[in-house]
Amino acid sequence: MTHHHATIPSRPSLARRQFIKGATALASAPFWRNTATARTAPPTRSPDLPRFFTSDEFRFIERASECILPHDENGPGAQELGVAHFIDQQMQTPYGHGELWYRKPPFVSGPPELGYQLPYTPRQLYRNGIYSLTQQCLRHYHAPFHQLPQDTQQLVLSHLETGALALEDIPGPTFFEQLRSNTLEGAFSDPIYGGNRDMKGWIMMGFPGARADFMDWINQNGAPYPFGPVSISPSLSMTVRE
Amino acid sequence: MAKELTEAGLSVTILERGEDRHTAETGAYPNSIDELRGSVRKRLFQKLSRNSLTIRNRIDQTALPYRQLAAFLPGEGVGGAGLHWSGCHFRVMPDDLRLRSATIERYGKKFIPDDMTLQDFDVTYDELEPFFDKAEKVFGTSGEAHMVQGKPTGNGNVFAPNRSSPFPLPPMEDTFSAAQFRAATQELGYHPYSMPAANASRPYTNPYGCQMGPCNFCGYCSGYDCFLYSKASPNINILPALRRDPGFTLVPQAQVLRITLDQSKKRATGAVYVDLNDHHEKTISADLVILGAFQLYNVHLMLLSGIGTPYDPHTNTGTIGRNFFYQTITTSRFWLPKNRYTNQFVGAGGAGVAIDDFNQPDFDRGPHGFIGGSPLWVNQAGVKPIAAASAGGGKGRPRWGAQYKSDMIETYKHSLSVDAHGSNMTYRDVYLDLDPTWTNAYDQPLLRMTFTWKDNDVRMNRYVVDQLKPIARAMGATRTELNMLDYNQPFDSRLYQTTHLGGGAIMGSNPRTSALNRYLQSWDVPNVFVIGANAFPHGLGYNPTGLLAALAYWSAHHIRTTYLKSPGPLVPS
Repeated sequence: MTHHHATIPSRPSLARRQFIKGATALASAPFWRNTATARTAPPTRSPDLPRFFTSDEFRFIERASECILPHDENGPGAQELGVAHFIDQQMQTPYGHGELWYRKPPFVSGPPELGYQLPYTPRQLYRNGIYSLTQQCLRHYHAPFHQLPQDTQQLVLSHLETGALALEDIPGPTFFEQLRSNTLEGAFSDPIYGGNRDMKGWIMMGFPGARADFMDWINQNGAPYPFGPVSISPSLSMTVRE
Repeated sequence: MAKELTEAGLSVTILERGEDRHTAETGAYPNSIDELRGSVRKRLFQKLSRNSLTIRNRIDQTALPYRQLAAFLPGEGVGGAGLHWSGCHFRVMPDDLRLRSATIERYGKKFIPDDMTLQDFDVTYDELEPFFDKAEKVFGTSGEAHMVQGKPTGNGNVFAPNRSSPFPLPPMEDTFSAAQFRAATQELGYHPYSMPAANASRPYTNPYGCQMGPCNFCGYCSGYDCFLYSKASPNINILPALRRDPGFTLVPQAQVLRITLDQSKKRATGAVYVDLNDHHEKTISADLVILGAFQLYNVHLMLLSGIGTPYDPHTNTGTIGRNFFYQTITTSRFWLPKNRYTNQFVGAGGAGVAIDDFNQPDFDRGPHGFIGGSPLWVNQAGVKPIAAASAGGGKGRPRWGAQYKSDMIETYKHSLSVDAHGSNMTYRDVYLDLDPTWTNAYDQPLLRMTFTWKDNDVRMNRYVVDQLKPIARAMGATRTELNMLDYNQPFDSRLYQTTHLGGGAIMGSNPRTSALNRYLQSWDVPNVFVIGANAFPHGLGYNPTGLLAALAYWSAHHIRTTYLKSPGPLVPS
């Protein structure tokens, strides 16, 4: 049995951390509690500064999520869909702070079937995990992840996925699955959350978004549903119609 | 239950640990049509930060906390699991209520594995029929009958028992996927039927005067509150009437810590709860206590309150925590040719086409060596894109990268899923008790679950899933992925399966092997009745809500007609 102790990650410099803390306080509008807030102020298209991630961490998220969901002939990849911005925004929510999870100690490791047992919140998983991964990339490849060629990035991610690579006390698969889940959430959730830009993730999958009315299309006898997607936010749906 | 007891003239207070919920507010379109907030961040589900449970597969392991919602998703807030459910609304096969007796009659006592603690419900289908009927009328259930008052009628499930009246509403239409399954199973000589759905196929007003709108197959049932008022829930079908009753009080944000007992420990006096608005402990007194905290938390509250004797698997004594079970469910996938679009986002939680050929009592288990069974069904409930992307292109396919992406898109557009939704039996070393280490936000021990799959149930699942091969061929599948349980594969708490948890405080005829009598009354503290799937002595092939609702009305009926006139044990112990 291994006992873990929850620690607040301290890797970024103090100045950086204070900046992050200040930025979090300024940007504390709880959009996740009230989507009406998001409606009146939809996420801007211009790449705004990340609020949780450092710029290097953000570049890692951009490149790693693009490996998971790459741009190709089927449609846009994670970067074009704004996935990194989505993940950055999620880090400000109760989810990012681990408030949806049971987090009482002791933290004891066990067989994988018994589920996640680390003391870390999603914010801490990313901060600690990216730090350790960056150190390992520097050691092996003499460059941070985001500067590696894409085939090397893919190799690193596959080592995480299979567990060949661990990020100190974070097993590779734990970090990989966190990144994969958040990437897919960002690509395919309603654009009010900052990803799925112009609903291009939904268009690619043939998902009609928040239409929520298929009374006349219950059985199309194998034909595709004819209409494109709409967002929860009328203004974000408008962008696509124009 | 609260409606029944206010009708009987009692003053009723509900203590609800979560927030109050009105569908017109929290379920309104379009904000409720949000997969991220709904199924992914689990808006309607239990807040694990306050209370969870620990899980282990074997009795010799250390159970560890269920830190993230995954395998099962208990509800929280007004409506509970009845708000976030899908709407599959079944009755029961009569022999499933006397499975031990029926098994011995047909196969002999030796057919029951030594460690299987199989026992009868001690209530019959005929006794429950009026209450199945009542629940369907309250829920506005859509379906097609087979036998009404002993006469064949309609194209319903040929294996379904006799009914006193038809379903209140006609069956839901078939999605394309369901229609394909219906045609294929018909062709192969099976007996497909429309699944009974508590999703309204037409506008409906129930006996309480509560109104439902017709379902438009929007696909947001399971995990959501239905903005169309089409899926039955306490919030839509009961509370609008109940809230008007001057004898009724609802206290949200009230986490019950324990039921209080008098010195004799034979009588409940009320409850202690934390008011989450001011975090003060408060007490409420009551002559009659109904536990309706969901299967897991009914058992938890009984253990925390000292109602009955905790089950001990070593000595095989005690009843609270005994006969805990889950549901075997594995989902297989068929891919159709690329000119066939399954539009998987179109769906309704309870709608679909099923066959009971491997669930019905006459199906001969003898050669296969298992007890229980499993319906097979296409229940296209509305597959949303984050879920589809997470599932990807199927087993053994890349989970990320370019190949993943094209597999995943093809799978979303052109495949359909078929569930084997089967029973799970009960075993001596599968049970619930209190955890020795971890506590909830109120410093009470968490519930501890000791659970894994056993060979009988794995054998059943594997046999039934294997029957999908010819069905896939008949449907013209270009690729088939059959998913089944593996022998010796431990229960995996990380993978969503179902929230159909049961047992742990079961009904029965013997106070030494059941926590509750046949009226769901505690043997030990007779002014406590416990309503939930905790009362089932073993699992069923069907979803539990239909039987659970019928048992609730059965219990309410006997409280109203017998208990209230002369409070005390309804069955001598």
